[in-house]
Amino acid sequence: MFKNFMNWIEYRMPFMEKMNLHVMQYPAPKNFNFWYFFGSLAMLVLVNQIVTGIWLTMNFEPSAERAFASVEYIMRDVDYGWLLRYMHSTGASAFFVVVYLHMFRGMMYGSYQKPRELLWIFGMLIFLVLMAEAFMGYLLPWGQMSFWGAQVIISIFGVIPGIGDDLTLWIRGDYVISGATLNRFFALHVIALPLVLVILVFLHIIALHEVGSNNPDGIDVKVPNEGQKFENNVSEKFTFHEYFTKGGKKIIVDAIPFHPYYTVKDIVGVVGFLIIFCAVIFFAPEGGGFFLEPPNFEPANPMKTPDHIAPVWYFTPFYAILRAVPDQLWGAVAMFAAIILLALLPWLDRCKVRSVRYRSTLHKLNLVNFVISFVVLGVLGVLPATPTYTLIAQIASVFYFGYFIALWFYSKNEKTKPLPVRLS
Amino acid sequence: MSNAPVDHGRRRFLTIATSVVGGVGAVGAAVPFIASWNPSEKAKQAGAPVTANIGKLEPGQLIRVEWRGKPVWVVNRTPDMLKSLAAVESQLRDPNSEEEQQPAYAKNQHRSKKPEVFVAVGICTHLGCSPTYKMSDFDAHVEGIASGFFCPCHGSTYDMAGRVFSGVPAPKNLMIPPYMFTDDTTLVIGVDEGTA
Repeated sequence: MFKNFMNWIEYRMPFMEKMNLHVMQYPAPKNFNFWYFFGSLAMLVLVNQIVTGIWLTMNFEPSAERAFASVEYIMRDVDYGWLLRYMHSTGASAFFVVVYLHMFRGMMYGSYQKPRELLWIFGMLIFLVLMAEAFMGYLLPWGQMSFWGAQVIISIFGVIPGIGDDLTLWIRGDYVISGATLNRFFALHVIALPLVLVILVFLHIIALHEVGSNNPDGIDVKVPNEGQKFENNVSEKFTFHEYFTKGGKKIIVDAIPFHPYYTVKDIVGVVGFLIIFCAVIFFAPEGGGFFLEPPNFEPANPMKTPDHIAPVWYFTPFYAILRAVPDQLWGAVAMFAAIILLALLPWLDRCKVRSVRYRSTLHKLNLVNFVISFVVLGVLGVLPATPTYTLIAQIASVFYFGYFIALWFYSKNEKTKPLPVRLS
Repeated sequence: MSNAPVDHGRRRFLTIATSVVGGVGAVGAAVPFIASWNPSEKAKQAGAPVTANIGKLEPGQLIRVEWRGKPVWVVNRTPDMLKSLAAVESQLRDPNSEEEQQPAYAKNQHRSKKPEVFVAVGICTHLGCSPTYKMSDFDAHVEGIASGFFCPCHGSTYDMAGRVFSGVPAPKNLMIPPYMFTDDTTLVIGVDEGTA
């Protein structure tokens, strides 16, 4: 009965065929470690944001007069409204935590290198859309930080010579941030950008499955079949989709099917993640003022800027770079360059060895430099702009950009360790 | 069906012509979507002039008046504040107000019609925050100067005529709106004798 039904479906739409291709018979390298949790966790958070977001729109009112009050209404009067909102606001920060770790994994193991350049580009586009999504979402509660944060970020577009002022007017739809801005941000936040995000995630996964997953050793698990023998090859025990063996032209070595092996592993990651996520939601939903900032509990007042404004923590590294440059236009250019350079990594890194495990000490130190400068910039972006902090931010910015410049120079003739033949 | 050979030149021409016409249609269809983001007629109408009574302004006091949704400051400057304008000039980026940030009648040292009454849009020219008025504790930001404006967002500083100090992120002096006095105590912001 069920089998007949599945056959009926399969004849009209290749459901099981695609499930096999992408899940049950997808070869994933057997040595995925801790760092490989964050892709699936990002998907989990995306689902969380979409579901809680839909429920929040049921009570939120996108108007300058009612937005702040309707958020308070959700928090106080709607059954479990506080939980839905905290899941959404904490989910936004969690999204950036897992995405930053996911990106760092790619940098460590060279997952952006050939042939995964397009996969990396889709990932960077997801990151950009995610930043736009988070920024627009933060305006919706219409608190003081919502208003002045948006004022600063939109004004950044005003530095573009010639068209800047008209462009900011067009983005705001008014001479200042107003209900018109709030309404269009709401539309983009709940419809346009989530659609784009879901499509980009789909493309990211299709591109991933075409070139195959990288792994901590950075070597290929699909090798040309030249009749050679691999001892103790775990992959011989499994059936993989013929798409990956190219009709016997490729041998799959040291890979296991994504399901059940990595679905089960990812569930462990989900449990660990949810323990931390729930702890924040129930015991520290404001994230110590970093997830929901104190001035945002005051309604937006266009007449008065709060004494200290800082963006939400996930924007602060880039914000610190913006502030570090004393010139308005070049500050904005430096901030965007900091993101674009990440997207250009596949071409800046000219080394043929992917994983940091087999790369030079210089590269390892440079990667440490990147992490330190990124974290230092992130901390400085929260603090007020005093002369000392500005100087430190300038130094950290130089080191941040230095990572990319140095990488381009030394990666061409880098002294690497010999690569293993099999996964370790 | 004719068996005439395919005319590739004709086919290419028709393909390109169809694509171009389709492209023009797509651009045309995008116009309403893009134009609908411009300020609405209602938003444009809200730019009308506003009136403020400054008769009760104490020396040194600042009041905020909302004009086009922006804070406009009106300060009754004390003689000491006016004296400080000459003292800071060497530290300013544009002491003579060369940039077009004010009507012609405010292009002077005190950047105003009446020396003591200072009217300015209270929006930092860097990224749009509203600077804080430091009536007596400005010397924490600029040594030896008692009063001025300090932007909390990125640390830009302005003197008591809204002139920006050098070495801060803000590129220009504060904007002076058009304004006029209809009598000794009534200030109208958003319009002046030239446009009234």
